[in-house]
Amino acid sequence: MDHLDKLEAQSVYIFREAYREFKNLVMLWSIGKDSTVLLWLARKAFFGHVPMPMLHIDTHYKIPEMIEYRDKLAREWQLNILYGENTAALDRKETYPDGTCDRITCCRKLKSEALKNTLSGQWPRYRFDHRLGRYLPDTNTEQYTGVIVGVRADEEGSRSKERYFSPRDKENDWDVGDQPPELWNQFKTDFAPGTHVRIHPLLDWTELNIWEYIDREDIPLVSLYFDQGQGRRYRSLGCWPCTSPVVSQARTIKEIIAELREGKYANIAERSGREQDKEDGGGLETLRREGYM
Amino acid sequence: MNVGNPLPNAACPEDGDREQINIVIVGHVDHGKSTVIGRLLADTGSLPEGKLEDVKALCARNAKPFEYAFLLDALKDERSQGITIDSARCFFKTRKRDYIVIDAPGHIEFLKNMVTGAARAEAALLVIAADEGIRENSKRHGYLVSMLGIRQVVVLLNKMDLVGYDRQIYDSLCSEYTAFLETLQVKPIAFIPVSARDGENLVTPSKQMPWYQGPTVLDQLDAFEKKKSDIHLPLRFPVQDIYKFTEENDDRRIMAGTIETGRLSVGDEVLFLPSHKRSHIRTIEAFHTTIKTEAAAGEAIGITLDTQLYIKPGEIITRSVDTPPRVNSRFKAHIFWMGRSPLIKDKSYKLKLATCRVPVRLAEIIHVLDATDLSMTHHKKQLDRHDVGEVILETTKPIAFDPVIAIEGTGRFVIVDHYEIAGGGIILDEADNRGTLLEHHIREREVAWDKGFITPVNRSQRNSHGAKFIVFAGEQYDHVTAFAKELERRLFVNDHQTYYLGFNNLLSGIAAVVPGNIADTDDAIKKLGELARILTDAGQIFITALSGIDDYDLEILKVLNTPAEILVICLGSNTFSRFAVDLVIPTDVSIEIAIRQVYELLRKKEVVAEYFI
Repeated sequence: MDHLDKLEAQSVYIFREAYREFKNLVMLWSIGKDSTVLLWLARKAFFGHVPMPMLHIDTHYKIPEMIEYRDKLAREWQLNILYGENTAALDRKETYPDGTCDRITCCRKLKSEALKNTLSGQWPRYRFDHRLGRYLPDTNTEQYTGVIVGVRADEEGSRSKERYFSPRDKENDWDVGDQPPELWNQFKTDFAPGTHVRIHPLLDWTELNIWEYIDREDIPLVSLYFDQGQGRRYRSLGCWPCTSPVVSQARTIKEIIAELREGKYANIAERSGREQDKEDGGGLETLRREGYM
Repeated sequence: MNVGNPLPNAACPEDGDREQINIVIVGHVDHGKSTVIGRLLADTGSLPEGKLEDVKALCARNAKPFEYAFLLDALKDERSQGITIDSARCFFKTRKRDYIVIDAPGHIEFLKNMVTGAARAEAALLVIAADEGIRENSKRHGYLVSMLGIRQVVVLLNKMDLVGYDRQIYDSLCSEYTAFLETLQVKPIAFIPVSARDGENLVTPSKQMPWYQGPTVLDQLDAFEKKKSDIHLPLRFPVQDIYKFTEENDDRRIMAGTIETGRLSVGDEVLFLPSHKRSHIRTIEAFHTTIKTEAAAGEAIGITLDTQLYIKPGEIITRSVDTPPRVNSRFKAHIFWMGRSPLIKDKSYKLKLATCRVPVRLAEIIHVLDATDLSMTHHKKQLDRHDVGEVILETTKPIAFDPVIAIEGTGRFVIVDHYEIAGGGIILDEADNRGTLLEHHIREREVAWDKGFITPVNRSQRNSHGAKFIVFAGEQYDHVTAFAKELERRLFVNDHQTYYLGFNNLLSGIAAVVPGNIADTDDAIKKLGELARILTDAGQIFITALSGIDDYDLEILKVLNTPAEILVICLGSNTFSRFAVDLVIPTDVSIEIAIRQVYELLRKKEVVAEYFI
């Protein structure tokens, strides 16, 4: 087994543990390369099936191609997909692009708060109706107790402190200082009522591993990651007001891999194009403690 | 932390699949772990450019002597270029391979984090300051490292500069610590005298200690062996889950899991333990690969069988030709306790071993290494937080496992107390299973039983029939319950004292809706057995219907129902491999004929006097 086989096997094991132990399981899908690899690994774990719903938190500031790609894949792979949003903040224009708050506050409202209330079922969820080809309000309002998330330890400081199975308390808070032990392949799969567990099958993967795996498995990706002739591409996807493309002529997966291995991005962090990281001196830790993905 | 060249992106393409090894570094607070790591990073050229000079300059400006340990602190604050920092992990590389050094916290409050980090390591460096000598955590870490299954241990005797590079001090610390480790059956590979501050014996041999001829720390790191592949060990394939996804007309019934050790091929005869069922592998399943006909240790796969078997997650699959795991309800183990409440007897915990989750109790404490003074005692009645001990644990039903020395993955476990992983342990061997907690319970119950004046004989004379506990078992729950209820009705109509109890009535709310909630099912089986004891004593023909139970469940019901007898009737095929059932009724038999067969059995067993339907 090579290093990708080992990473894949560990992720599959984590998926199966999650599916076995959590009745109300959901997978967060940000549409980016990591969560698309995550989706692929779910199909690996469950022999072609994706037996849990996928949830997207729609900030309404995502790059438009991302939403198109989301719905296209949902149709092609017959995915059970949901989205949630912070309708009130959007209606009242309490966002950074509206000029009424800073970036961190905007992330907190459109992502953290939307996520928290969508997971708990307190705010509406919209489910893709494959028959009608559009989203309808979801009738299920049960709390999700197991939340599969595609974060990687190498992304930024706070993520490297995560466990594979990382508990969140009733307030969605993360107690970084007092995390459960993980011995060998035994994780925290028991949880008190009202709490939930974040599950991280990609924790040990690096950005390079992700691209190597996309290449090996031929996983379809949104085109924003590749240079379309303007000499720029996105390395990490987010909301358009806060995410900038990087200068790069990489048009294929192989060219991206070469760029990461020995090219100009070998020593520059992936999220360097994400502005909110720079504002939070704690390296996203504050946001993540409050439930940010 | 990704220090210097972040490991993943820096791997040169010609390196291909470079070997990578996880090392844990442990030691008492202030014995110099951070200095060892800082020095290794600096001397192997793994630091970001200019970092060393920056920190030195900063120290000079603040009139503070430079220390290599500051490098780690500085790197934790590293934000330029957004390089990722995690206090727990450092990366560096030698010509031979890449290293991930897990910097385990020395403070006792972080022991949980230490074991989490160390559980992923293949080798350990244990740091002891020569001037302070062996301290409490030096001992505790020594024990934990051995318990976590790390076989390659090297001791660094640090701060040799503070003891004048004295060979006698080195020798006496070596023999003192060796003696302690021997009690734990740990044999360190080497004792290396170092001065991390001055770089003595870290990367280059020390000129200050010509009397030491052994390897430097870096030599020793490169000499650690990667864990050998487990392909040649007996097959251990723990069943993680069983899937039947019906979308898109998928009719595969797949047993999924990750192979711990050994290998399997299509056509192999396999044995499931603890159920003792057998079948052959029909296919090996995986998504988006070429068709597989064999799989080996480390692979996360699925299999389908050539016969329909009722198997629960948690069983271990082995090949008929391989040495099987032990099957027992009692085993002797080393255990490390992290729980907020102590590990005590007379309390049910949850055991997680490979993919098996079952209730477990502490049966016996052999000895405890006390957390406060690290003395060995035989008199403790419980394991407190951070205690380590040798104990006997007992599960309700036998489970499959291996001694850790034979197979690691099926020889270690965790214990869950109140939603938290509260303990971890390794299995030394199976324990004598005479005198189980269940048998002990029955003896005590029968001695203490407060009887009335009416004897069982009085009752059967009054009722004109004997008392009996009748269990209907079968895969189709609806069919089995319907049959059991019909028998109750007919017996009642014919003036028999009889009572039907549905098994679901005994399950708590959650267990009734979540199939496979094993802990609660086991609990309900026990309740059922105790009720059977009472109802048969009251002269009843007590009837129940069960699905998805195994030999061991029947054994427990039989024992709990003593002194009365149990009758087991299978509807459909007999799914029990060892428990002797009394009657098997195929599903295609009409209910009239089936009831007749049951009556015939009751008459033979002298429960009912005559044939009267």
